[in-house]
Amino acid sequence: MSRDRAHAGFGPREAAVNWSFAVPALLLMALVNLLPVVAAFRYASGFHRLSADGRMFASLWNTVRFTAYAVSIETVLGLAIALLLTRPFKGRGLVRAAVLVPWALPTAIMAMAWQWIYNPEYGILGDLLFKFGLVSSPRVAWLASPGSAMAACVLADVWKTTPFMTLLFMSGLANIPDELYEAAGIDGAGPVRRFFLITLPLLKPTLALAMVFRAIQSFGVFDLVWVLTGGGPGGSTRMIALYVYDNVFRYLELGYACTLTLVMAACLLVMSAGILYFTRQKEQA
Amino acid sequence: MKRLGNALFVLAVAAVVLWSLGPFLWQVVTSLKPTAEVVKVPPTYWPSHPTLASYVKIFSTRPFGTYILNSVVVALATTALCSVVGTLAAYAFSRLPLPGGEWAVRSILFVALFPPTILVVPLYKLVQALHLLNNPLGLILPYTALNLPFSIWVLMTFFKAIPRDLEEAAAIDGLSRWQTLWKVVFPLAAPAVATTAILVFIFSWNEFLLALIFMSQDAARTVPVGIAMLSGVTMYEVPWDQISAAVVLTTLPVVALVLAFQKRIVEGLTAGAVKG
Repeated sequence: MSRDRAHAGFGPREAAVNWSFAVPALLLMALVNLLPVVAAFRYASGFHRLSADGRMFASLWNTVRFTAYAVSIETVLGLAIALLLTRPFKGRGLVRAAVLVPWALPTAIMAMAWQWIYNPEYGILGDLLFKFGLVSSPRVAWLASPGSAMAACVLADVWKTTPFMTLLFMSGLANIPDELYEAAGIDGAGPVRRFFLITLPLLKPTLALAMVFRAIQSFGVFDLVWVLTGGGPGGSTRMIALYVYDNVFRYLELGYACTLTLVMAACLLVMSAGILYFTRQKEQA
Repeated sequence: MKRLGNALFVLAVAAVVLWSLGPFLWQVVTSLKPTAEVVKVPPTYWPSHPTLASYVKIFSTRPFGTYILNSVVVALATTALCSVVGTLAAYAFSRLPLPGGEWAVRSILFVALFPPTILVVPLYKLVQALHLLNNPLGLILPYTALNLPFSIWVLMTFFKAIPRDLEEAAAIDGLSRWQTLWKVVFPLAAPAVATTAILVFIFSWNEFLLALIFMSQDAARTVPVGIAMLSGVTMYEVPWDQISAAVVLTTLPVVALVLAFQKRIVEGLTAGAVKG
């Protein structure tokens, strides 16, 4: 009845009253999310420098490598943990909560914790690996050489963001009907075959969505790397967001930093086009 | 064979738990060691004489209390503002006839895809122009806006589950939209609002980049930045005992929130991410 009434008396005034509920939120988001984009175009300068900016290309390449390593490891590990935790057992709620903890902790602060783990003198990582006979000396300067510094950043990121993947995959797995597994069991399919015949194909939309979503986030990585390595050694872990920061606060080139921001946004637009593509596929399925 | 499988399963679960909590637990162990033991080679895996001296030190020699206060103010204010503004918007988008509403929601979600990293430079200019650098509002307003898309989306999915009959009954009883929202919808949506509030609190408590750039004065800093700045003096004199105590104190509330509200957090995150 009220819907009839609403439609009968639905005019511009009515619409304005309804929109007014959303106005505070829209205003705030316009101020923080949209105005900066407009401002970035206004302040941006030095476009001609882009093509010769070796540091920018190097940091873009670092970011791409970091994203590729981190997201692929997180996906595999996240899926493995999700599969492990779908089986019911005593105390599963508590285990799930524990697994969620790294995601909820402050990235910058946990980067300090990882720096302590990687410490060349007193670090627990070197000591543990030495005790297991995997390194010849407990003193390993993980953050001092380019290859291991990148690996250290990836490992810390994997620790921090795998829970998010696990969470998404667990809910994706919960949506797969049990009957499918039962039918496959009757047909004599083992666990490995069931995984490749049922789990993986049905989880594909979730997998794709989670990976692209994480890739976008990872592309903007700042806190973790800034605290852990500061972009070093020798710029080997300098990500694009760190390079933007350097341009603002170290080289005091705000205009050029805005230009770099636009380059970043363009990269992300391409990636989110990927998201749209994948979600459309999901709707068709 | 079955027994071996079970043993392997338990081992795997234990490994996952250890991997997840390890870095945090190692900070707990470090924070309880006397200063001299922190830098002992090889490291001891349990403090020989557990002490809270490092915890006392961060409050007596550093403005750690100020950092915590700043963080609490910013996180609580953001959570409150985001809950109120987000609930209003989510109500409009999910329950009221709104020409163009669908389009607005789509653009909000699209905007939310981008990490705040790309907004930060022009946003810095804006906050500076508004004279809000080193002012808690300079963080509260951006944090609220950055959390709104997610909050609105999660709240919408919960609002849509509330039966329409109730609002229709309220309309027959002559309640206005505001009264309906306040007296009928809001009490029913309270658990959903609590879920998003927990998530918004965690996000604002943890945020680093904006806090680093907008709060340059030590007295205005939030905990994550304060801790990250504890090192920085020289490479060789990093006060790891104090850092670990600060890390534990800052992360403990979050760990407690996660353990207490695990179900809600999972619910909210999956509603926000999977359906988005």
